[in-house]
Amino acid sequence: MATEKDNDIIVSLDRVSVSFPVYQVESRSLKKQLLFQGSAGKIRRGGSHKVVIEALRDVSFSLKAGDRLALIGANGAGKTTTLRTIAGIFEPIHGKVVARGRISPMFDINLGIDADLSGFDNIRIRALLLGLSPNAIDQYLPEIVEFTELGEYLDMPVRTYSAGMILRLSFAVATCFKPEILLMDEWILAGDAHFMGKAEARVQGFVERASVMVLASHNLDLCSRWCTTGIWFDQGRIRDQGPVDEVIRQYRKSV
Amino acid sequence: MLERRELIGQFNLAIADLAGAARLRPLWIRLGWNDILHRYRRSTLGPFWSTANMAITVVALGLVYSQIFNMPVGQLMPYVCAGLIVWGFISSILIEAGNLFSGSESYIKQVRLPYLLYVCRFLFSKTIIFAHDLPIYIALILYFKIWPGAVALYAIPGFLLLVINGGLVSLSIGMASARFRDIPRIVASLAQIVFLITPIIWTPDALGPRAYLAYVNPFFHLIEIVRAPLLGLLPSAQTVVVTLAITAINLLATALFFIRYRSRIAYWI
Repeated sequence: MATEKDNDIIVSLDRVSVSFPVYQVESRSLKKQLLFQGSAGKIRRGGSHKVVIEALRDVSFSLKAGDRLALIGANGAGKTTTLRTIAGIFEPIHGKVVARGRISPMFDINLGIDADLSGFDNIRIRALLLGLSPNAIDQYLPEIVEFTELGEYLDMPVRTYSAGMILRLSFAVATCFKPEILLMDEWILAGDAHFMGKAEARVQGFVERASVMVLASHNLDLCSRWCTTGIWFDQGRIRDQGPVDEVIRQYRKSV
Repeated sequence: MLERRELIGQFNLAIADLAGAARLRPLWIRLGWNDILHRYRRSTLGPFWSTANMAITVVALGLVYSQIFNMPVGQLMPYVCAGLIVWGFISSILIEAGNLFSGSESYIKQVRLPYLLYVCRFLFSKTIIFAHDLPIYIALILYFKIWPGAVALYAIPGFLLLVINGGLVSLSIGMASARFRDIPRIVASLAQIVFLITPIIWTPDALGPRAYLAYVNPFFHLIEIVRAPLLGLLPSAQTVVVTLAITAINLLATALFFIRYRSRIAYWI
């Protein structure tokens, strides 16, 4: 648990549980015994015939400046929910989340992208979505433009872009202001080798100083290269945590 | 940031949400503006389609209903015009508010933004569309030479009250609709009934001795607080009192609802 003394702790989760009510499912249409033995969060029937998915159960960990954390585990094991809980999107009913500093969530490269507007307009919209002021955007713009390497394409409507080009744009905006907390989901894989190298260098560069990065991915090689620590999720619980290569080794053994 | 939130409780979280939305004004202005551009992209008339639609409705209804009620066209048409423009603002808020949060799922699930930001974005684009209809009113007062005078300026505080109520009610409807997906349909049906039973294209005088049927209708007062000044009249004391009372009740109810259930919105959508 984070106390005021732990000044270098940037993110901490203390016994956090997150569960989703599922309203679309008629509870009686689910067989009582339907507690499947996969690795996704447990489905449970709550009191008044409500169906509840326990996405995270009793999750605790903390990250200090410089930590780069990989979240690994099967589909539905709780990786994305953990990212969203750190980002403050899901406020847990049980447990405590502490996140100090500016958060840059990169879950969906297409968030806020208006395909009919130019690359420049979309840079501005995405930067506003991340909480930057118009002045700050003007200040960061040259650097963003340079990093995207999109050149004249930035004047074209984004509908002419490939997925990798949108990724460059989104990544450049998400990292331009050196957020204290950088959260990334699977999609980072869409980049080409050149971009991936650049992105890795950039993330390492600013995370080392005063930030943390959390990456959720199925690509274990990428996790091992980008991250220092790892957490293996299984059915919404932490199954193992420690140095990333150790966690990956355990995970590989089980699957 | 989250640590402090834990301590200060749901009330302060709701206040923080409001402050956040105020701070992010450039964002919701941008998004609200894009909503309008998006809707009318590649159409020649653009948002003036709604103006053209409204103009035709006002002229047609004004001509026919002035015969039905045996009133001079120059009197009824501006009345119908002012009433329809204001009702257009109210009804578009009622009908589209159900989509406020469920339609923003992609944003809400990807980035933490104040929930009231979506309300501001919604109100901003509705106000811009309202402004597109005003030229019809101006054209009519010029054509019929019925200058309302300085009293017309009272329409501005009246409209502000309407915007505040619109924001509150869209927040409530948006939250309730995120949880119960039937609500937008119920509200749409009710809005249609309200249009027919509220003096918008007919005057309360048409009810004869039963004019009280108009005065007990809260929507009559919400419309009248903007419509009366536009027609050169001061809103009655009754209208002002009722509108202020509605605003107070609306504020209290919505604030309680929002404070209690704000953190659940992300789970509902």
